[in-house]
Amino acid sequence: MISGAEIMVKCLQAEGVSILFGYPGAVICPFFDKLYDTDIKAILVRQEQNAAHAASGYARATSKVGVCVATSGPGALNMITGIATAYMDSIPMVAITGQVKSDLLGRDVFQEADITGACESFVKHSYLVKNTADLPRIFKEAFHIANTGRPGPVLIDVPVDIQQGEIEEFVYPEKVNIIGYKPSVQGHPMQVKRAMEALAESKKPVICVGGGVLTSGAKPKLREFARMTNIPVVSTMMGIGSMPSNDPLYVGMIGSHGIKAANKTINESDLIILCGARVGDRTVSSPNQVAKNSRVIHIDIDPAEIGKNMKTTIPIVGDLKNVLAQMMKETSYTAPKEWLEDIANWKKELAPKRVAFDGYVEPQGFLEKLSAQLDKKSILVADVGQNQIWCANSFKVADGRFFTSGGMGTMGYSVPAAVGAKFARPSRDVIAVCGDGAFQMSMNELATIAQNHLNVKIIVMRNTVLGMVHELQDFHYNSRYAVTELDEMPDFAKIAAAYGIESAFASSNEEAEMYSEKMLKSNKPFLLVCNVHPNTPSR
Amino acid sequence: MKYTLSVLVENHAGVLSKVSGLFSRRGFNIDSLAVGTTEDENISRITIVANGDEYVIEQLEKQLNKLIPVIKVRTLTEGSFVSCELYLVKVRCTAKQRLDVMKIAELMQAKIVDVAQNSITLQFADTSERFDTLTELLKPYGIREIVRTGTVAIEKDSAAKK
Repeated sequence: MISGAEIMVKCLQAEGVSILFGYPGAVICPFFDKLYDTDIKAILVRQEQNAAHAASGYARATSKVGVCVATSGPGALNMITGIATAYMDSIPMVAITGQVKSDLLGRDVFQEADITGACESFVKHSYLVKNTADLPRIFKEAFHIANTGRPGPVLIDVPVDIQQGEIEEFVYPEKVNIIGYKPSVQGHPMQVKRAMEALAESKKPVICVGGGVLTSGAKPKLREFARMTNIPVVSTMMGIGSMPSNDPLYVGMIGSHGIKAANKTINESDLIILCGARVGDRTVSSPNQVAKNSRVIHIDIDPAEIGKNMKTTIPIVGDLKNVLAQMMKETSYTAPKEWLEDIANWKKELAPKRVAFDGYVEPQGFLEKLSAQLDKKSILVADVGQNQIWCANSFKVADGRFFTSGGMGTMGYSVPAAVGAKFARPSRDVIAVCGDGAFQMSMNELATIAQNHLNVKIIVMRNTVLGMVHELQDFHYNSRYAVTELDEMPDFAKIAAAYGIESAFASSNEEAEMYSEKMLKSNKPFLLVCNVHPNTPSR
Repeated sequence: MKYTLSVLVENHAGVLSKVSGLFSRRGFNIDSLAVGTTEDENISRITIVANGDEYVIEQLEKQLNKLIPVIKVRTLTEGSFVSCELYLVKVRCTAKQRLDVMKIAELMQAKIVDVAQNSITLQFADTSERFDTLTELLKPYGIREIVRTGTVAIEKDSAAKK
């Protein structure tokens, strides 16, 4: 006989899971107890939301499914923000929650919450397990759904009696068979042909890359396609890193917080090739205006994204890797020189001006320097707010990665996500950059970092205000700083010291660069606090 | 414009809430929704009548398709299907009026399912246009209660051959 809890563990082993992030509680204890006997690492985070963020960082760094686990009621509810954050950014994740006994469901007993109901709109799919015998099929399906098609989080809610129940033997299904779920992966050949015919007529084409390029593992193909055709590339925030930041074909990030040259490029273009981007409101504020002047080829694995936010001339549903390969076979196009010269000029003319203050670090200049100090394959996790915009526009990605909570904009994402990324890629530099607001939302994870001797570097841009909203108040609310001032700021060095973590405080770019070099040489966690002037603009 | 969507789903607990939840979450308005098993008891069919422009219906269809338990979504085109709805109508009617109401029922091919001292209950299965006619005729007597199932629809083989 084998128990449900043991089956759950065996399912994770069958899926090749080597690590998960979680927080225990009474009704998930049977599972954690069985897990204790295996070599699957269970990382104890300090709040359940961070379990999901850590799983997200892990998933992004590996393209494997990230796994997070919490107990019923408050544990599961705390995890919701992390699950929703993963959903918005299409991160493959399996979230496992304990649940009260099946026969008590619906009676409002201690720590009961209808988590499948609550998560309905933030998950790709969810299960409330009713029979122990269903566990193998459900786990097989959950991992399949999470990491195929457009990836996303899948929730499995397992009542404690299901974990304790026993069945004869464990058999893990070899195949899944979900009749309603067969994502298409190849682009329709006729559509690909039409797209390349449209490209042939274009004088001012642009590729706009989104998170889908990285999710589908299409980065090499995208770079190949861009270089073969000489088409300039702009990026959404989620697409950063698809092209090396220093590549001559790369213009920059578009959108309300992007750079002017990139926005001008997309506005002046006559053909946009959208690659795995949903074109959210912060990316293109009036997409149908842009679509009026340009023809739009939209490639996405999720048919529902096509035409949702931007009118599309030629839709191609499929996996970007395959579609880009198909496209390369159908075209021998090269973008006109004049168009590239125009863009090169805009890049110079419209370069953002940076504002420096005496006694403070100018963050964008520092981030540029930091990029040069870092290993080419390093991973930078930006939090949310001004720090995110500084990183998006000034951190130079080569062969590494740039992670951030793009869709949901969840503050506090960077530290736990960096924890997950570091577990995934121990040999790479992993840096979390956050503001002093976001840091205070997840600095409890310093405990996780200390406990696991995790070599994660944290840079806090300390401007003593909630900078993004503070700036918004300057523009739209007569500089009335309602509830955005972080007075009586704690001493971050003392906080770091409480966890036995070394730290430094920089008040100029020279100091920041000096300390970051020191920080990168150490093989221990490090907190670098940069004193940033509250009036430093986002861009 | 009114659209009729025919949605095949896996017959599991919770599927209906996933489908109906989608409407509120994405801000779609629906006129009616009817659900029941098909010839295969593992599969249910949900018939949805929704109001919206082409963009809304296209999004609705795509978002429905994204739900894992949804097997197939079809937007039925005008003239390619037959549809009907079941109505139960309780009409106020005195002994004197009884014959008149019975006449209307006969005329409209509605079935009388209950007769009481002061009311008659009719059962009527037809299109919403025909139902509107029936209610117009019954209004002068006083309609006490209307219960309706929501539209169900099936594609016409005869239309598919053309």
